[in-house]
Formats: sequence, structure tokens, C-alpha cells
Amino acid sequence: MNTRTRISIAVGIALVAGSMTIAPTLLARESSHAELARGEYLVKAGDCAACHTNEDGQPFAGGFPVPTPFGTIYSTNITPDPETGIGHWTSDDFYKAMHSGIAPGGRHLYPAFPYPWYTKLSRNDVDAIRAYLATLKPVHQANKPPEMPWPFSDRAVMAGWNALYFKEGTFQSNPQKSAQWNLGAYLVEGLGHCGACHSPKNFAGAPEHDKAYHGGYGENWYATSLASDLRDGLGQWSEQDIVQYLKTGANKRAAAFGAMAEVVHDSTQYLDDDDLHAIAVYLKDLPAKSTTPNANPPVDGTTTERATTTNAAPANVNGDRFARGRGHYLDQCAGCHMDNGEGIAGVFPPLKGNNVVQASDPETVVHIILTGAKTAVTDKNPTGLAMPAFDWKLDNQQVADLVTYLRNAWGNRAGAVDASKVADTRRTIVAARTK
Amino acid sequence: MRFLPARRRVLKAALLPPAAAVVPLRFVADAHADSVAKPGQFSYFMPVEFTFVEAAVARLIPNDELGPGAKEAGVATFIDHQLSGPYGRAETWYMQGPWKQGTKEQGYQLKLTPAQLYRTAIADIDDWCSKNGKRAFAETDTNAQDQMLHDLENGRITLARAPAKDFFQMLLQNTVEGFLADPMYGGNRDFIGWKMIGFPGPRYNYVAEIDQYGKHYTMPTIGLLGRDGKRTKES
Amino acid sequence: MATRLPHVDVVLVGFGWTASILAQELTDEGLNVLAIERGSFRDTVPDFATTQIQDELRYAVRNELFEEPERETLTFRNSMDQTALPMRHLGSFKPAAGAGGAGVHWNGQNWRFLPTDFVTRSHTEQRYGKNFIPAGMTIQDWGITYDDLEPFYDRFEYLCGISGQAGNVNGEIQAGGNPFEGPRKRGFPLPPLKRSYGTVLFDKAAKEVGYKPFPCPAANTSEAYKNIYGVQMGQCTFCGFCEWFGCGNYSKSSPQTTVFPVLLKKDNFKLRTHASVTKVLLDNTGKRATGVVYVDLQGREYEQPADLVILTAFAQHNVHLMLLSGIGKPYDPVKNEGVVGRNYAYQITSSVDVFLNDVVNPFMGAGALGQAIDEFNGDNFDHGPEKFIGGGYIALWTTGGRPILQHHLPKDAPKWGSGWKKAMKDNYLRTVSLATHGSVMSYRDAYLDLDPTYRDVYGNPLLRLTFDFHDNEHRMSNFLTDKAQGIAKAMKAREIHANPRKGHYTIVPYQTTHNTGGAAMGTDPRTSAVNRYLQSWDVPNVFVVGSCAFPQNAGYNPTGTVGALAYWTAHALRTQYLKKPGPLVSA
Repeated sequence: MNTRTRISIAVGIALVAGSMTIAPTLLARESSHAELARGEYLVKAGDCAACHTNEDGQPFAGGFPVPTPFGTIYSTNITPDPETGIGHWTSDDFYKAMHSGIAPGGRHLYPAFPYPWYTKLSRNDVDAIRAYLATLKPVHQANKPPEMPWPFSDRAVMAGWNALYFKEGTFQSNPQKSAQWNLGAYLVEGLGHCGACHSPKNFAGAPEHDKAYHGGYGENWYATSLASDLRDGLGQWSEQDIVQYLKTGANKRAAAFGAMAEVVHDSTQYLDDDDLHAIAVYLKDLPAKSTTPNANPPVDGTTTERATTTNAAPANVNGDRFARGRGHYLDQCAGCHMDNGEGIAGVFPPLKGNNVVQASDPETVVHIILTGAKTAVTDKNPTGLAMPAFDWKLDNQQVADLVTYLRNAWGNRAGAVDASKVADTRRTIVAARTK
Repeated sequence: MRFLPARRRVLKAALLPPAAAVVPLRFVADAHADSVAKPGQFSYFMPVEFTFVEAAVARLIPNDELGPGAKEAGVATFIDHQLSGPYGRAETWYMQGPWKQGTKEQGYQLKLTPAQLYRTAIADIDDWCSKNGKRAFAETDTNAQDQMLHDLENGRITLARAPAKDFFQMLLQNTVEGFLADPMYGGNRDFIGWKMIGFPGPRYNYVAEIDQYGKHYTMPTIGLLGRDGKRTKES
Repeated sequence: MATRLPHVDVVLVGFGWTASILAQELTDEGLNVLAIERGSFRDTVPDFATTQIQDELRYAVRNELFEEPERETLTFRNSMDQTALPMRHLGSFKPAAGAGGAGVHWNGQNWRFLPTDFVTRSHTEQRYGKNFIPAGMTIQDWGITYDDLEPFYDRFEYLCGISGQAGNVNGEIQAGGNPFEGPRKRGFPLPPLKRSYGTVLFDKAAKEVGYKPFPCPAANTSEAYKNIYGVQMGQCTFCGFCEWFGCGNYSKSSPQTTVFPVLLKKDNFKLRTHASVTKVLLDNTGKRATGVVYVDLQGREYEQPADLVILTAFAQHNVHLMLLSGIGKPYDPVKNEGVVGRNYAYQITSSVDVFLNDVVNPFMGAGALGQAIDEFNGDNFDHGPEKFIGGGYIALWTTGGRPILQHHLPKDAPKWGSGWKKAMKDNYLRTVSLATHGSVMSYRDAYLDLDPTYRDVYGNPLLRLTFDFHDNEHRMSNFLTDKAQGIAKAMKAREIHANPRKGHYTIVPYQTTHNTGGAAMGTDPRTSAVNRYLQSWDVPNVFVVGSCAFPQNAGYNPTGTVGALAYWTAHALRTQYLKKPGPLVSA
């Protein structure tokens, strides 16, 4: 894994920035080795394996169940097997799937396959991805049909969905912004498909573009806002914090866990530093979602200075609940996260100043307390530090009081959480487990 | 082999007129209103065995001016649970013969599992009381109980089958365990044992306190199942 | 009929500290390595999780993490004229079972042996004369020196993230460290732990008496640490549940917290659990191992072929397997011939309980949070007038205050009743205890062999232990206990209660799991089972790693030396054996 080939996107962007259009023919075909290496890199950047390789399954042979609000979709076989994979697809077939969400024969794909993002990719990059996939070991494994009720089972529905929500088109660079910003935008909006999780979705499961990156809900996780708000967002994160997080799975402010730990493990840790910096530049330029982002400025979770408000409940939180929550915290959590909520640098993330803890939707922090979590395993941080589950130990009221405390201790500020919210999360987690 | 001492004892006791008067007491629950035996209440003990153990642990760690003792802490329940599980069955012990009496340096060489030792010894002690014209252990006064425990401890009483000293040591060890183990095992109820000595329970972080030399630790006592020591209900 | 499995390059028997180190180093050479472990796989979460690990009854009293005598134990007798009887439940020592081995449940007291400990016989003869060694004492040199082992001690310490204060760096004595330690090339990876009240009181008292106390080297991290393999560790929070427990917050060094995260990811490493190795297979010459036989939980037998067999189980199990497999000549104490089972040794411990007026909060502690003096260890003092060989450290450890097993009562306290209650109430928070940790020499009549009567669940004869404390050890231990009382007296105690080790060795109360010998290393095949690289003299593709290699036991906890020996052996395999398989030392 040490021979990382720099993504050719940088080159592409440079050209794009000059010509304002993607002109694949301008990119002379490189040697097949370079193209394959680039393709492998792009497949990692796109995190294709996350869905297309099932647990204990053959690489890229599909079969992984993707739950959606409309039913379960199974990822497909993208190995070059001619019968069950994509071995018989032409280069144009593959591009049409990636760019338009339409498979050979005019079959509409469901947007669980992130073509609404991949449409941004240059033809050259799509060809490199295909070239790499063509080198995989063919696996003969038939695809499983989606388990969806009508009308969603009718793929023609997707034509309507696309008409409403899908904006087909290759990435257009913004001449007002730097090449680095544009590269970051290309990665985040395209292959990275960050908005698939981090943007809120409407009733039809389409991202709400006016609220892009304001945080999104899915599968009992709340993907935190990437906007520049100071508490519930990346406002306090430096570019370097973002780079380090994506590269190693942790920084002084947070550690990746759950779905994001997988993204870091499978994808972002392999990205080149320049690409990660570009992503950071782009993310840091996202506006705040709050109209008053700088009101009530937070403590910086990474300073060792103790907040003066450590033990006092803020005005919006019931004092008894806060005290009970503090008790649960000291009894259950302080062994790793420490009395002062600062964690252990490089090992256990701080909860003080933590954007996930202060997220508008507490789903993720409730989820982690109930099920435990494991930090991302990367080359730089191979350990995979784990937090145990508390679902057997704390009841819903206790978790609610604890989370309310976490969200308001040490200078943190976020809404109180009710036991009913914890009960909902617990129920859906159990339901998902027993399915 | 399985012992059935309780049934045997009932029959035997019925045949012994001098002791007959005390027999009903042993089986009448309201003699000890707070330890009423209900069907299914015990995991291992017969009611009469539970009554013996509860009376014995109440002397080993008595309720006195320093606070409640082993009986109040639920130690008899703790022992009942322990004996019904892998410990009682000596599940991890090497229990193959040949069986020989060894030196004291060679340790435990009895063929009896802990559960069997309790059952045998309690029956033996009752028999010993009957034979010697004494009231059963649980029904006698505390001075006589203390004396009997001392006699077991020092081997001054020879029981029919169970070695008295071995049984006493096991009973004492299990009593201390039940008084000082996490309350989720049935003993140390309401942290009676831990609060008496000043152990705050399983807490995981003393970084801020370890160098506060000479100062009492003030956080409330907890158990593995929380500050009340009990498993909370799913809400 | 055993099922024959596909061949591997290396098979490791047991998956504790030594196996983890060897697996990590040998897979780096590209070898296919398989570890076979009799217990289950365990990891920090969920097995040692903070949510449930602090359970004294389950782990310390009911012995959840240890081997089950029901499956395998040993028989014991004090002397050859007795009939050995089985150790029916764990007592004097507690060997581990399960991935990580004893590295999971140790306290983390991580020492180096003294330079003179490796040359016990030649050094003693040189300083005190040949006649100083009593008849029947079979001490011998190790075949390696402290200097040979120093780089590997260093590597193990930087694997673990040891917290401590160096006392001797390249010959320069360092203030606050152990001035008696062998020279180290550099200091410890982490600074010493915070001090508990007990260690502060000991430090002061020891200085008053004229000693040079120092913080004990601890495999409990004083700060977050990233080790030589990039594995991250947390910071010890003094929860007081180290020994007999796994660590819940990644702050005690164990195979789980230092090696597993990198090792278990490797494609050329495999682990098989719930598999008990019953024999090492030899070819018809008897000079080459072809693999091992193991039995799974359902009693099915498997043959695992391998080019290299490394015994990495607990000391006695390594010896047991050698005896069952016919590797090396079994020791015969009557004829004084043979090597396998020879020179079994142990350690001799005593304590001095100190009852104070102040509250010391014993429950705040860490397994290796201690302050010690080393004036009376090894040959750090003149043994001439004392007429014994060996020594030990005196330490005040504050490992925790688990109420069932870690309470101390004054001498006259009743064992039960209201008097016991009062003594518990008055003393639990106000007691510290000094420990002496003494060496045990090896003797002609202290050994391991196969029991003629008792068998394990696999139908094999149990190992038989014949062992007693000798006069030399009692005198040494009494000497240490006296010195400890001297320090205790300087602690301004309300009461002092010494618990010297008296009489015969007994299998019953827990003493220490520092069992050593039985497969001693050395330079002479007539008195050692393995050469200086822990390679069997008789079957050169078998290596035997662990404290079974100690020719006699020193006055320190053995893990540091065991870890260093594992790295030493790994180095010999990587740099010598793999290039040219065969004997590394000609017999």
C-alpha cells in the first residue's frame, strides 16, 4: 500500500480550470500501468469496496445489503465476470452507469449507487476506474434483486426521481476559487460522495441541496454537519485537523467510529496528502448553517484549561438531570474520557468541545453509548481502540441524562435529550440487529 | 453421588422423640419471617439448609453496633447462588481419582464438590446436634451457635462424613466473599460490606485523587450495575 | 486418527507474550506462522471492558482467566519420599489460559535481572569460593550475559511502554532510579507513575533507614504511548484492578494492547483457539520435529505439520510437552542425569503489614505502582557473613484494595464475628503492606517429571512437581523480612505485622506464578535442555521459550526477562537459523 499514485485529478482540474470543460481527449492515454494505478487509487477514493465487497465475500462481487427507507438493495457484482459481473460492459456502458445512473439495456439504477455524485467525474477518471476493475479476479456470483415494495420496485420510477432530483453533469470548476479548492470540490462532490451521508435528505431520499453538508441521518447514525459552525460543525477544526482525521482516523478533537471509521479505513487513509489538503480547503470554505454561528462561542476542547462552567447546569437544562447525568458520566465514562471530558490525547477522544456530541441531532452519541464503537484502523493508527456497549447497563432515562450532560458539560451547549429519543434509537438498533 | 439429606432427616427426626419437638420449627417458615422459603426461591439449598446457612453467616459477620451483618447483606442467598453454579459443582477442579488424604501442603483432596460439602456437612451437623441432645443450630441461641462454630473451626466436633474444619473454612471464605463481592451476586446488599470498610466499588479513575494523600474519597459507592447495585429495568 | 492439516512454516504452542513477540517478528520475515492456543480469544472490548471487568469475585476469586485444573493440572509433593497428589484447584500459582496468556492478567511489574544473575555459579564461586555453594544446590550460568540481553530488554520495554526512572544509563548512575540495575542504553519510554500515599511513606522511611528507594518499573502507562509497532496505549487511571484482570482502558501492556492490532491483520499469521497441543511429533530419527498434535474442544485430534516448532506455553507446560514428546533426556534426580525437568525453581515471598493512622485509600492503585529498594537483591550486598545465596527486592506495592482478597488485619484480629468486623472497619483504609520478593536457587531434589498415576483429560500423565523451600531460601527470606520490618518501623506505624514464609512450601495459598526452570538454558548439554538461543540440543527445529529456561530464579518478577528472551530468540532465528537451519551451537 506504500506505492500511492497521486490522483490525476489535479492535472484534470488544471486543465478544467483553463478550459472550463472537461475534455477527455486532451488527456492522452497514459501507460496502462499508470492508468491502472490511478484507477486503483480512484476506486479507493470512491470507497467502492464499502458496498461492493460483502462481509466475508469476494472482493467487489457485491451482495452487500444496503438498507434504504424504501427497502433493501443489494450491491452488485462489479468484477469482470462476463455473466454475473460487468465483464461484458463497454467503456461507454460503464460511463453511462457512472454518469447517468443507467445500466446497459436502459435499466435505471437506484441512487443507493451514488451516481448523483459520480456524475461529476471526468471521463478519463471513469475510464481509469473501469480499467482497474477489469483487472480484478472475475467472480461468478449472481446479483440479488432488490427487496422493495411497489412502486419503488419499478425502476421506471427512477426516471421520475432523476427528473426531479438528479442533476447530471461533469464537475464544473469555479474560476473564482483556487485550483486547490476546485480539486477539493471535485473530490468531495464527486468520488468522495460525502453528501450521501452528511447532507440531509428529503422524503424521497434526495439530498437537500440548500442544506448541503448540514448533517444527515441514516441507519441510526447522524453524520455530523461539515459546515463551519463552531459547535455543531467543523468551525473549530483547522485544515490540518481535517487532513489528520481523514489520514489517520483521529485528531486531537475527534476520532472516527462507526460508518466513518470504515470510510477512513477503506478510503481516505489512502488519499494523497495534497488531495486531503484540497478536501480540507473545500470543507473549510462551507458556510455555517446557523445565522449566528459565532454567538455563544464554545470552549476549545483541546485546551487543557478547565472551563469554569464544568459543574454547573446551563439555564436550558434541568439541574437534577444534569447532576444525574454527571453521576453517570463519572461512574461509567471517566475511566477513558477522564473527569474533565478531555479524553487522552491521541487515544480517547475529548467530549469537551466535540462536534459530534454537540450535533443538532444526538443520534450518533446515543448510538455509540448503546452499542459501543471502534476507532478507525489505519496504517498510522493500527490499534482500533474500542469502546464497550452500555445498552445492557444503562436504561433509557440514564442514557438520556448522560447525553444531556455531555452536551452541556465543560462549556458544551446543545439541546437536552429525552428518554423517548433513546428508546427509539434502541428499538431501531435492536430491530436492525435481529433483521 | 447425590445426597438427599433433608428427606432422610425428616424421617430420622420423626423417630427421635426428644428432638421431635424442635422438628416443626425447622420447617415452619414464620419462625424466621424474613427468610420465608417459597417454592423456587433457592437455586440449590433446601429450605432447611438455607436456614442453617443464614443462621451461621449471621454469627460469622453479625449485625452489631457497627452495622448490619452477613444475614442482612444477603450472604446466604449469595452462597445459594454460588453453590448452584460452576463453583458449587467444582466445574473447573480436577476431580479424578485416586482419592487420598494428603499433607496439608498438598491442599484440598476431598471428593466432595463445594455444593456436596455443604449438603453433607449441614446434614451431619444436624445429626450431631440430634445425637447430642442439642437443638438444631438455627434454633439455638447465639452463644451456643458461636461455640459450635468455634468447635467446627478447630475440629473439636467430628462429623459423620464431612470434615468439619474444611467445611468451616469454606463457609467462612464464602461468607466473606458474599459480604464483599459486587451486589449483583446477591450478597453485599445495599453495599453493606463495602460501606462498612470504605470501599467505593468499581470506579475506574482515581487520577485526580491518588495524590490527595490522607483524604477520604467522597464519591458515592457504586456496583457494576450502578449506584443502587441492582440491574435496572429496561425502560 | 488425527486429521492431517496443511503445512505451515512455524507453529507456536500457546499464544501469550512470547508467542506474540515471535509471531510478530517471524511473520515480518515472511514466514507462515500459526499459533495454537488452548483457551479462547480475548480482547480489550468486550472481554476486559470497563463496564464489567472490575469484578473481584469472578476474576480473582473464581479464576475466570486461568487454566482449568479439570483439563490439565499437575501433581505435587514436597519430597521424593511422598506420593504426589493433584493440585485440584488453583492455589500457589495461577497459569493463564487464553489469547494473551498471563500477559493479560499480570500486574505489570517489569524488571531486568542483574548482570550477576546470569552468572550465578561462576560469580558466586569467584567472590565467595566453591565451598560457599551448599551440597545439592545445582545453580549454573545461563550461557548468556546481561550485555547480550540488554538490547532485547530495551526492545521489550519499548514494546510495552514501561513507566520508570532509569538508575544506570551507560554506567552513569541516575538520581532517583535503581542504582543497582545493570547499565541500560537509554531511559524508560515513559516517566514513572504518579505516587500513591503508601509509596510516598515507603520512600521516606527507606531513605531514613539509609536506602536508595526508586519507583518500580511499571507496565502501566503513566502517559499515552505509541509503541515500536505503532500500537496506541491509553493512560493508567489507577483503578486498582490489574492482577487477575484484563485492562479495560488500554493502559496495561499485554499482547492485546501492544502486538495483536498489528499481528492479527497479517495474512501470514493464523491463530487457532480452543486447541490443546498434546505432543510434538518427531520423525523416525527423533532429531527432527515434524509438527504437533492438538485436540479441539470436541476431542477431535489434528496433526499440524510445521518446519519449526516453538514451545511458547507456560513454563511447566513447555516442560510437560517435552517430556510427553521425548524431546531431550528426562531428568533423573537419583542418577543425577538428564535435563528435562531439571532445575525447577520458584520464588519465596513474605510480607510486612503496616497499620497506619492515616487513610491511604488502598483501592487507588496500579499493578506495578510501587516503590522499592534493591540493596538486598542478587549480589548487591556481601553474602559472606549471611551464609546464603540470593536475595530479593523489598517493595511497597499499591496494586489495589479489592476487598475480598486485599485486606490486611492485625495479628490479633479475630477471623470472624464482631471482632473481625471491627478490625475490617478500622484497618481497611489504613493499611499498606511491604513485600519481599526473593530468589530461589535450584536443587537436585527440586524437579519436574511425569506422574505415574494421575492423568489429564487427554489421557496423558500429569506433570509431577517435587519441590520444597530449602534452608538457604528460608534464611534469605528471613533476612529480607527483617530488613522490611526495619523500613516498616520507620513508617511511624500504629502496628506492624510481619508474615514470614515458614515451613514447607505449600500448594495452597497463592504466592506467585513465577515458576521457572525445567528446560534450563546453558552451555553444556549435560546440564541444560536448550542452548543459549533456547534451541533444543536434541531436536534443533524445536525452540523452548519462557521462564522454563531460567537455570535458577532471581529476585525479580520474570516477565521482563521472558520478553527479552523472546526477542533474543527471535533475533537468533531471523539472523542465523533461517539462513541456515540446524543447531546454532554445536553440542
